[in-house]
Amino acid sequence: MALLFLLPVIVVILVFRFIPILYAFVISFYKWGITGPTKFIWFSNYIKIIHDAVFWRALGNTFYYSLFSVPLNFVIALFIAILLNQKVKGLGVFRTIYFLPVVTSIIAVSIVFKWIYHPRMGLLNFVLNFLHLPTQTWLEESRGIFQMMTGGHFPIKGPSLALMSLVFMSVWKGLGYNVVIFLAGLQNIPDYYYDAARIDGANRWQSFWNVTFPLLSPVSFYVLLMTTITSFQVFAPVWMMTGPPPGGPLGTTNVVVYYLYENAFTYIRYGYASALAFVLFMIILTLTLIQRNVTEKKVYYE
Amino acid sequence: MNKIHFNLSKFVIYLLLILGAVIMIVPFYWMITTAVKTPAESIKFPPTLWPSHFVWSNFAKAWKEANFGRYILNTLFIAFTTLAGVLFSSILGAYAFAKLQFKGRNILFISMLGIMMIPMPVYIVPGYLVLMKLGWIDTFYALIIPWTVSVFNIFLLRQHFKSIPNELYEAAVLDGCNHWQFLWKILVPLSKPMLVTISIFSLIGSWNSFIWPLVVTNSDKIRPIQVGLAYFMQEQSTNYVLLSAASTISVIPLILLFFLAQKQIISSYAKSGIKG
Repeated sequence: MALLFLLPVIVVILVFRFIPILYAFVISFYKWGITGPTKFIWFSNYIKIIHDAVFWRALGNTFYYSLFSVPLNFVIALFIAILLNQKVKGLGVFRTIYFLPVVTSIIAVSIVFKWIYHPRMGLLNFVLNFLHLPTQTWLEESRGIFQMMTGGHFPIKGPSLALMSLVFMSVWKGLGYNVVIFLAGLQNIPDYYYDAARIDGANRWQSFWNVTFPLLSPVSFYVLLMTTITSFQVFAPVWMMTGPPPGGPLGTTNVVVYYLYENAFTYIRYGYASALAFVLFMIILTLTLIQRNVTEKKVYYE
Repeated sequence: MNKIHFNLSKFVIYLLLILGAVIMIVPFYWMITTAVKTPAESIKFPPTLWPSHFVWSNFAKAWKEANFGRYILNTLFIAFTTLAGVLFSSILGAYAFAKLQFKGRNILFISMLGIMMIPMPVYIVPGYLVLMKLGWIDTFYALIIPWTVSVFNIFLLRQHFKSIPNELYEAAVLDGCNHWQFLWKILVPLSKPMLVTISIFSLIGSWNSFIWPLVVTNSDKIRPIQVGLAYFMQEQSTNYVLLSAASTISVIPLILLFFLAQKQIISSYAKSGIKG
């Protein structure tokens, strides 16, 4: 009886989720190109990954992307949600505006931002020009931001300005989702906590750190986790906006998922790409577990 | 004194919120105004902030050159067949997990949630190879069937079904209902808001899906809109008037859906976050 109800679910999951994952695991031990599996090569694909400089570069870029986009998104979204929670008029209108980019496709957004970032005719450089700030080449700039800011005196180059352009865009696009989640979380905090804090003589800053922040921590944890996981899967903006070839300039925007895609569908190395997919999975899983362990000690459940 | 301070902080709050809102709106404004400029005006620097002529025919041109009629039909077909599958599989699956007793129910449910945790890019290579074995590459099957089950939606609907008391089922049995009839005649009508939520998520997901259709399609005949738009970008590369017009066309249906159901959409996303 139950099996009958679950039949569609089980069949689809088995054929399109479970079997592919097992299959990928098997493939990752083969030399597998356009002619199919040619040779069982044990861990050679994985060993090759360890020695693959392009992979490490892509992983580094992905970490940079995550390291900048996640905190920016988190802090700005929380800040806006707190502002919106101050009983402002037009809350619905603001929320709608902030949410609009979330439902807009990443493809249309990539096109528009590529145009805004245009080094000669872009809107952004026009605004910088207007404010008497130096214009930039944005997506075409391969120099690292630390390198640019210190004139090359800082030992670490940092993410290229091209990669940071993708970071800014991702913050713009993803912000509204987190604002809505934070706002719902804030609205769940009962007023009497704040009243009690005020009676105890807490100022706004103290009541934020001692009331809002701990009570919001489960929501914060969710936002942090989801934003991190999503940031590690960035692909479309790289494909759409960078290069040619995508990942440029000088490979500074090449990310793990793009590298995986390139190996599978440009170079037709299915075995190697499958091994990359597993490595990506392990990285995301590890990050999830680390974040869970670190945060669990600090998350306060009511 | 206190009153003035209060108003000042309100003023700062509104100022920041409006500044933020402007930043959110500007890219949309820029897309739409670029879409109606002449090519010559679009590449002027400094740019004109308001188009001097409105060339509405740019939309018709983009529609034709980008083959949008085809893409939109394809996308609608994919979106609604996927939705039908998602609703059917989620309703049945959620019912089994919420109301039926069977061996290994919890293990099955937890392992399904575990599979859901595996990120999408991990699938693209093995999924592609499985579809190749099935001979489904560049067919609608490849775009629809793998996405007709959503564990996330089963989870949402299961929570909802669980909240409906079992006494209702016992009463229905007395009236001669079996599980199948009880589900479709009583439970489903009671779950309309949740089903609307699921439908909205599913339609937005289908309309915006990119990486999977990019990988499994080769021909224009079945390509959905995002992939079509992406290839249009590669063809046109620097013609931002046409590209903006095409982007505007691709964005409008979803923005309409969003404005029609924005309360529902925003609260669904908010709830999905809190429960997730």
